[in-house]
Amino acid sequence: MKNEQQHIVLETKNLSVGYTSKKRANVIADSINIALQKGQLIGLVGANGIGKSTLLRTLTTVQKPLQGDIFINSKSITDYTTVELAKQLSLVLTEQIASKNLSVFELVALGRQPYTNWVGNLSDNDLKIIEQALLHTNIIALRDKKCFELSDGQLQKVMIARALAQDTDLIILDEPTTHLDMYHKAYILKLLQKLAKETGKTILFSSHEIDLAIQLCDTIIVMSSTEVISGSPCQLIANGTFNTLFPEDLIAFDQSTGSFKVKK
Amino acid sequence: MNTKYTYPFLSLIALLIIFFFVNISLGSVSIPTQEIFKSLIGDINNASWQYIIQDYRLPKAFTAILVGSGLGISGLLMQTLFRNPLAGPFVLGISSGASLGVALVILGSGLFGGVFASLLISKWSIVIAASLGSFLVLLAVMIVSSRVRDTMAILIIGLMFGSITSAVVSVLSYFSSAEELQQYIFWGFGSLGNLSWNELFIFFLIYLAGILITISSIKGLNTLLLGENYAKSLGLKLKQSRLIIIIATSLLAGTITAFAGPIAFIGLAIPHMTRQVFHTSNHKILLPAVFLFGAIVMLICDSIAQLPTSDYTLPINAITSLVGAPVVIWLLTRKRKMFF
Repeated sequence: MKNEQQHIVLETKNLSVGYTSKKRANVIADSINIALQKGQLIGLVGANGIGKSTLLRTLTTVQKPLQGDIFINSKSITDYTTVELAKQLSLVLTEQIASKNLSVFELVALGRQPYTNWVGNLSDNDLKIIEQALLHTNIIALRDKKCFELSDGQLQKVMIARALAQDTDLIILDEPTTHLDMYHKAYILKLLQKLAKETGKTILFSSHEIDLAIQLCDTIIVMSSTEVISGSPCQLIANGTFNTLFPEDLIAFDQSTGSFKVKK
Repeated sequence: MNTKYTYPFLSLIALLIIFFFVNISLGSVSIPTQEIFKSLIGDINNASWQYIIQDYRLPKAFTAILVGSGLGISGLLMQTLFRNPLAGPFVLGISSGASLGVALVILGSGLFGGVFASLLISKWSIVIAASLGSFLVLLAVMIVSSRVRDTMAILIIGLMFGSITSAVVSVLSYFSSAEELQQYIFWGFGSLGNLSWNELFIFFLIYLAGILITISSIKGLNTLLLGENYAKSLGLKLKQSRLIIIIATSLLAGTITAFAGPIAFIGLAIPHMTRQVFHTSNHKILLPAVFLFGAIVMLICDSIAQLPTSDYTLPINAITSLVGAPVVIWLLTRKRKMFF
């Protein structure tokens, strides 16, 4: 499947993100130039408060970039209408869904909204895609359960299935592994890796699970206070990029194991 | 997939028909059941019975159906929009907005005086004032709530608007005459029986507009069940949808309050009662179900308010609270969580 000419799904050019308050720009990160390839799993890592969420919020049009451009499939995101964009980009957010009275099937079916008619009726094709999304995420058995009956890990799978049903080239997940135990953290990220491979979708997620990301991602984007670097996990380890992630007083990156160790 | 709700729907429709007939059979004048059916097809000899049924009880029963279903639906809209099971037209200050509008017209008309006053005090100006008042208060709540993310804060803001309007009403009452005050208080009791067929027709048109707008936003309402950020990521035009839902709510709740007075608790309680039977959040099912539930409950409340065989009619507003409040309390104690 490896082509030399990879297809770029998401690209940023000279992007700078942050907030404007009282007419003054508060830049959180600038000169961000990243390109996400089709079918890859990409992890976004960085210390707390470094601006991972701000970057994701900007990429998902929740907030405007201070400068620079974002392209999805070579078209600037500002040129998409909301419905068109919904067919390119789906999200899994950290926020809870408003109504937990929805059944799993209903929730996943809502992913078809950009494609359905004015009253939201599901066509046979919609139903087929929903079934596939349930199958890919191993939640067929849960389909008639209500969301309030699910564990955090199950709910996260359902939210991923919903994003799959939206049938977009790009899926962005904001910290999909928080609140999960060690097993489910690995399970969810492994599932994302499988989905990227099997469905050819580009999946970008932010996470604090750096060692898992190193093991599973095709590309890692490292945000530090000075710059944003992306590369394959091996490259980044070789360059010593992970050493710049955190202050050096407490933990250090061990290149041989690919994980952080507490200093003794 | 929707067939599992066939029986509940059929039984609700049957109940609606039964209580419709119960409602028009009961009243201060007792009319034999046979004669009631006869009068419906115009085949009755007793002219006063004919009048009571055709020009009083029938429009009243239809009003009850519109009021109950409309308030229930506007409550459902508010609960979805504000992502809060405690939202409803009454709690969020829409009714107090309507009250303020009406108070300004009835109580404030004295301040304008003369011919202008009699012009202002017509039924239509009350209707317009109530609709406008409810729309403005809802808009204000909406603007403030777009700045605060905490939904509890939104409810408190709604209550604050309620106390502001009641304060303004107190000030106005202090300066107005006894007749004006009485007129306002009687409006506040709520009444389903004041409408002529013509007025009912206008009421129905505005109600229909509200319902049609609601039906057109079913898809958006379902998307909003995921929360606003998800809804936006699914291609929903958030600001536009919000505004449309607000307009539908204020058309429904505003005109109902205008024509029938502020009627408490129906808007809050009906969606929850409906969810006890229909275990779904899908608005395609909830909307017709809430319509039927609201209409039935309102017909029952009105039948009780008539105090059958006596000469008294209780204020409908009191009955709905007496019925609605215990139901909400019962629901909250039965299930500790209120899902919506």
